[in-house]
Amino acid sequence: MVKMLGAMLEGSLVSLEIFFLTLVFALPLALPVAFGRMSTSRLVRAPVNLYILVMRGTPLILQILFVYFAPYYLFEASYDRFTAVIVAFTVNYAAYFAEIYRGGIQSIPKGQYEAAKVLGFTRADTFFRIVLPQVVKRILPASANEVITLVKDTALAQTIGVAELFRVAQNASARQFSTTPIFIAGVIYFVMNWAVSELFLRAERKLAYYS
Amino acid sequence: MDVVSVEHLSKSYGDVRVISDISFSVHQGEVLAIIGPSGSGKSTLLRAITHLETATSGTIAICGTRILDRGVYADGATLRSALLKLGLVFQDFNLFPHFSVLRNVTEAQVRVLRRGKAEAREVALALLEKMGLAGKASAYPCELSGGQKQRVSIARALALDPQVLLFDEPTSALDPELTGEILKVIRTLAAEKMTMVVVTHEMGFARDVADRAMLIDAGVIVEEGPARELIDNPRNERTRAFLKRFSQTGQE
Repeated sequence: MVKMLGAMLEGSLVSLEIFFLTLVFALPLALPVAFGRMSTSRLVRAPVNLYILVMRGTPLILQILFVYFAPYYLFEASYDRFTAVIVAFTVNYAAYFAEIYRGGIQSIPKGQYEAAKVLGFTRADTFFRIVLPQVVKRILPASANEVITLVKDTALAQTIGVAELFRVAQNASARQFSTTPIFIAGVIYFVMNWAVSELFLRAERKLAYYS
Repeated sequence: MDVVSVEHLSKSYGDVRVISDISFSVHQGEVLAIIGPSGSGKSTLLRAITHLETATSGTIAICGTRILDRGVYADGATLRSALLKLGLVFQDFNLFPHFSVLRNVTEAQVRVLRRGKAEAREVALALLEKMGLAGKASAYPCELSGGQKQRVSIARALALDPQVLLFDEPTSALDPELTGEILKVIRTLAAEKMTMVVVTHEMGFARDVADRAMLIDAGVIVEEGPARELIDNPRNERTRAFLKRFSQTGQE
């Protein structure tokens, strides 16, 4: 029992690693993607649209397989499975976050840009000081959804043999002829997401000082 | 030198001409009222001067600097520094909701004029005091009434020491009982010889406070002259019709 819990704890750490690394890369990457999607140039917009279409239109599990096996079939190059997972998750989640950002950015009234322009703010100052802080407040609920889904999606890493929490639980379950480990895994996912929800609620409360 | 000088300014959206060959100047220390029916191009004119809209042709000079020369805009740096001499007050305030009242007034001073924080704060507090908002510095825009918001936005514009303050229907988004407090502020500024251009539907106010008035209809200047004279004894038939319609339907 103790050994099983130890293994599951290790699996949880792998899941958390996937979770945090995906956020670290996908959250910033989504910003240029959102801008690309809003670009006035078709040359920029078209490929970005296609990228988002593919990322949202195909299963993440398939994307993970593709990212890991495609280099092997094409160039006979193999690389670290964990790296492949992070790449696939990042590219996938950046597409979703980009759309959330776009929704937030486009919801900011034109008058905010006009006021900033008349006051002489540079475009960078306008975006980072006037627009972005308001966007953050508006996209918190949608982002919470996405981040919670990410916690659960980390289970897909097992597709290419990364021993994350769910894979470890399944193995333990098979060894012991018992569903208990899987149930415990469920509780762990729940606790992680409870923490995520709590964090987002706090952030929302912190930004509730204006409307 | 004229603070703002506009020559043969035109603005079209596709085939629709919103402003058609308009020329006028704003002199140092005067208050110019721009009146006219809805959709006549008054707001577009202010927005073209402040470069929120791009003009199709014509010339615009601000304190002698041509930002638009026969349909061609000056380079970015010239444009930016010239436009800083203009302050614009919007109909619907456009305050920054995530900033406190104080920061709404200090932010551009610090970021754009590169003033020190302490100085910016001092300037802002003095202006807020003048606007009757001394106790509201730490409040957020959502906690203010419409009239208070508009006074903050006037303070925000004044904080950059503009040569001229442009008002785009500053009382149109306000309840009637709140318009008075804004008009009072403009009156005070007029007494201090602040140069101002006010697009307004408040005829009585235009008549009493403005030095000159200009009636715009269908994108052209129909009549221009001393405010009191133009509103009391309009010479032009269209001016007369507009003012008559106005006194019949009451105030907006």
